[in-house]
Amino acid sequence: MRYILGFREGAAAAALSKLLATEVDPARQYHLMEFCGGHTHAIFHYGVEDLLPANVQLVHGPGCPVCVLPVPRLDAAIELAGQREVILVSYGDMLRVPASRRRSLLKARAQGADVRMAYSAFEALEIAASHPDREVVFFAIGFETTTPATAHIILEAHRRRLANFSVYCNHVITPAAIQSILDSPEVRERGEIRVDGFIGPSHVSAVIGSAPYECFAKDYGRPVVIAGFEPLDVLQAVLMLVRQLNAGRACVENQFTRGVTRAGNLKAQDLMNTVFERRPSFEWRGLGELPHSGVKIKSAYREFDAESRFAMQFKPVTENAACQCPAIIRGVKKPTDCAIFGTVCTPRDPIGSCMVSAEGACAAYYKYRRGALQVPA
Amino acid sequence: MATLCGDRATCERHGNGRLRMCLAVPVRVSALLGDHWIEIEVGGIHSRTSIALIDEVAVGDYVIVHAGYAIARLDVREAEKTLALFDEIAAQVKRPDDALHTRIS
Repeated sequence: MRYILGFREGAAAAALSKLLATEVDPARQYHLMEFCGGHTHAIFHYGVEDLLPANVQLVHGPGCPVCVLPVPRLDAAIELAGQREVILVSYGDMLRVPASRRRSLLKARAQGADVRMAYSAFEALEIAASHPDREVVFFAIGFETTTPATAHIILEAHRRRLANFSVYCNHVITPAAIQSILDSPEVRERGEIRVDGFIGPSHVSAVIGSAPYECFAKDYGRPVVIAGFEPLDVLQAVLMLVRQLNAGRACVENQFTRGVTRAGNLKAQDLMNTVFERRPSFEWRGLGELPHSGVKIKSAYREFDAESRFAMQFKPVTENAACQCPAIIRGVKKPTDCAIFGTVCTPRDPIGSCMVSAEGACAAYYKYRRGALQVPA
Repeated sequence: MATLCGDRATCERHGNGRLRMCLAVPVRVSALLGDHWIEIEVGGIHSRTSIALIDEVAVGDYVIVHAGYAIARLDVREAEKTLALFDEIAAQVKRPDDALHTRIS
């Protein structure tokens, strides 16, 4: 427990907070984006914002895997789950995400579809092995943290010659999303979002390493500090970013040295490269089509690709006009700017994906900041 | 603790049915189970995890587990260095006669 609780210690948090207050330049504003939903959660859970000087603003980024999945791809999964022979397996959060016409995988299950929740991708493989008479599809989502596990089960299925197993691949690439934020008109031209630096994700970086962020420092002049998920990690990362900005520097620094190296996890990268290749373009909810931002299964493993096996179709949908998830994912709006936040849209009955996942900004606001809101009776 | 549970029943018991994908924590390797499986322990809870994505580990090592897979080994030396740095900052900021103090007050 030392390596968990040690990073939540109050005295050090107070000291870091004081130190930050002395080091910030009162004449300037610091807008720092935490990319990852894990950080968003930690920031709210531990009240990190209250320990920061008033001129340090945290902007919540799009790093929530279920939030960025476009609705047509979820609709297609629900469609697939409706087929008699199919068992659809996915991570818990995905099951509650609202699709079009307020459907969800959970509701599909209530209507008789065989939808199962897995903690680990490997469970999907075990289900396939124990149900040879059924088609088992793993609905794979997530950033580079979950992609290697999906690669592993595809290779395992190949080795075991599992004919009834396939993967519906929706894996996305973190640096592509960061780049899209920096290239977006809101940041470049209109100035609606200001991002002076990034708090980099810890577990994605444990896999891909810190090197892929170097272009953001070099080409875009934005410092990146990779931080652990504990409150002291976040505070220290903010301090490191403030120091870089004060000195006019922009480089990639690593606060999470206990888990991240520059090269990352080569074995996991190798597995990903064996099984997956980049898609020319992939759609993100809120961010739109981003070039080279997702992966698909290579043709050598095509037999395990649910998209081709079931000839999956994606139909465009109109999103709920009141839901501000797309703007919240981009960091243009805060959850409290949304008219239905906390009233029509709640974690129990979510309208948008940001309210579903523990990593979504709306869910974090709802859980920890509701007291600060005026919710109509 | 929901993150650490190996099966759905345990997860639902500990985590009210909600599973968190990205909020993993460092855990200690308590046994090697053969093939690509290890047993992990944190705060008295034991669970099964795959080490297919990392190199060999030994009992007593710490790993970072994410959705049932260890994705990195926790570098204990680096963790201790970071903790020592926090202690140092805490001690410095507290001490009234320290050079830092003048910058705070």
